[in-house]
Amino acid sequence: MNRSDLMPLALLPILMGCAYLAIGNPAAWFTLTIAGVAMGMIIFTVASGMTIVFGLMDVLNFGQGIFITVGAYLSATVFASLSGYVVSPYLSENLLVILVAVVAAVAGAGMSGFLFERLLVKPVYGDHLMQILVTTGGLIVGEEIIKIIWGVQQVNVALPPFLSGAFVIADVAIERYRAFAFLAGALVFFGQYLVFTRTKTGLLIRAGVHDREMVEALGYGVRRLFVATFVSGCALAGLGGVMWGLYQQTLVPQIGSQMNVLVFIVIIIGGLGSTGGALLGAILVGICANYASFIEPKVALFSNIALMTMILLWRPNGLYPASAR
Amino acid sequence: MTTSMDWTRLISRDRPGSRLLIILLIAIIAVLLVAPFALTGAKAISICVKIMIFAVLVASFDLLLGYTGIVSFAHTVFFGIGAYGVGIAIIRLGASWTSLAVGASAAIVVSVLLALVIGLFSLRVRAIFFSMITLALSAAAQTLATQLSNLTGGEDGIIFRLPPALMPSFRLLDTKIFGLTIDGKVVCYYFIFAMSVTFVLALLRIVNSPFGRVLLAIRDNEFRAEAIGYPVFVFRTLSNVVAAVFACLAGVMLSLWLRYTGPDASLSFEIMLDILMIVIIGGVGTIYGSIVGAVAFLVAQGYLQDLLKGASAALGSLPGIGKVLSPDRWMLWLGLLFILAVYYFPTGIVGVLRRPARRLDSSSKPSAKERLSIVYRWMGRAR
Repeated sequence: MNRSDLMPLALLPILMGCAYLAIGNPAAWFTLTIAGVAMGMIIFTVASGMTIVFGLMDVLNFGQGIFITVGAYLSATVFASLSGYVVSPYLSENLLVILVAVVAAVAGAGMSGFLFERLLVKPVYGDHLMQILVTTGGLIVGEEIIKIIWGVQQVNVALPPFLSGAFVIADVAIERYRAFAFLAGALVFFGQYLVFTRTKTGLLIRAGVHDREMVEALGYGVRRLFVATFVSGCALAGLGGVMWGLYQQTLVPQIGSQMNVLVFIVIIIGGLGSTGGALLGAILVGICANYASFIEPKVALFSNIALMTMILLWRPNGLYPASAR
Repeated sequence: MTTSMDWTRLISRDRPGSRLLIILLIAIIAVLLVAPFALTGAKAISICVKIMIFAVLVASFDLLLGYTGIVSFAHTVFFGIGAYGVGIAIIRLGASWTSLAVGASAAIVVSVLLALVIGLFSLRVRAIFFSMITLALSAAAQTLATQLSNLTGGEDGIIFRLPPALMPSFRLLDTKIFGLTIDGKVVCYYFIFAMSVTFVLALLRIVNSPFGRVLLAIRDNEFRAEAIGYPVFVFRTLSNVVAAVFACLAGVMLSLWLRYTGPDASLSFEIMLDILMIVIIGGVGTIYGSIVGAVAFLVAQGYLQDLLKGASAALGSLPGIGKVLSPDRWMLWLGLLFILAVYYFPTGIVGVLRRPARRLDSSSKPSAKERLSIVYRWMGRAR
């Protein structure tokens, strides 16, 4: 990423300003913005892993959505089996159940990601056409397996008391969970930032995204690194699934593939392989979706496609393309 | 002599490349031609119609996947535009041939514009954007079709009438022919048959034209095609537009037969998976594969679901098995079959039939990439 390139950042105030003019109600606008940013942070959690996977190994996983679903459903199971802790008035017990849910989701998504990589993705390295076909097949099969295990009916997830409801600051209602999701997403971003800038693995990943052959020529096994990255990408998708499931509070087996569409848009907007771009893209998509569903609900999904179209007109490679390929 | 020359001109001198395949194709066309007389039962006839519709739909998808080397997930969108175009026009303008023509042409115009826009935005930089954007678009189109309920009928879709000559109550002849009353349904069947044959032959012509050759060059080596002076971006976009028009026409055929259109009938992801499945089973990059694949897949689909129902009823008492074998989980088996087909049957039926007499060395297993290049080699040989 070109560090001095700050132009794309201007999109954020522009979009917010236009929406403000269209909505005309400061309190509603502020609530929508907060909701949008929270949604953006959740999308970012999923998109960051995927964009790195693509940047590093040129592998595009159309089945990423399945790990979102796995994460969401595992956390719902944890919530259901520890429901005593969920409704408990003690904050510590609430936090414990969330922690258990996150660990279960991350572990489950990571493990299924490992299987997915070995069984489906490994044989088709370097061939986009085959990757798209095979991972799409994987998505279908995964979704059906979810339906076999958890059923087709929608599953409801109840938020613990400290996350439900809203607090009001000067006429602006902010839902507690959205603030929580924002904090969690920010945590993920800073965690990633630290890994990428302060560890050797992070350095290798960044170098691999930029120029894989050179890193290999220097004697590092990019493939092994890639498997680890793929699995962590899936684990992050699982975490995103937990957050998204709690955000929606109802789960359907298609939850992952629905979100996957947003994730794709974010990755294209952000530029393939760029974490910073994915963050900016995710927030843009999040607020745009929230504004649009307030102003004209019927075109909510098209608003994101329109956003993407306009950004691609301006920068055909996305805002911050990181990969040299 | 002249007749044989005319014959090859009809199929654009793109010979099927295998005697067995020729026999198969002739048999399929013959069965479809006599189906209303020979087959009894609504199910068999509706499978025949589905085969004719999917042959066009999949052949147009093959133009993208097999000849241009790009994967579109928005093919169902154009299919849906065709189906909804006819439906909406007839609802608004009444059941006449004019409104049918108006609906179909409006749908084609919309498809061309949409395909152009998609191509302009997504094919400019890298072909993989195209797949991602078309996926987003197909999701958006499904939502839109269910949201705009005063236009599209929402989840329920729309039921409409056709011009009187295509309605079941119409009688073309007073006497029966071979014991069959020639009613509007039969007329409609042969109308769709004629459309299907025309469109598949047109696609065959397109892929064998100089334009089609450039697409093949782009598929095989994008960089080289660009270097010898063919603008890859323009050709890919045009190919997307052509494919969209034929998918739209397939949608028109669908609404003619069903006299109904709805999100599940024309826009669902399930149909997209059917298309992918048929193109792989039939043989990528052959056009003929779409016909053979549609027959194999749709006949299997029509009867395998019954088989699953029977198996799940017989084994339902065993815990877990009933759930896995339930006909509701049809997509599970379809998905597994699809993955296996992509890995182990990448040349499809046509590829196997065209396989040269010299057997491949079965002891050395080619990698997935090599297998795909084998597909391309076979296709080159057939020409």
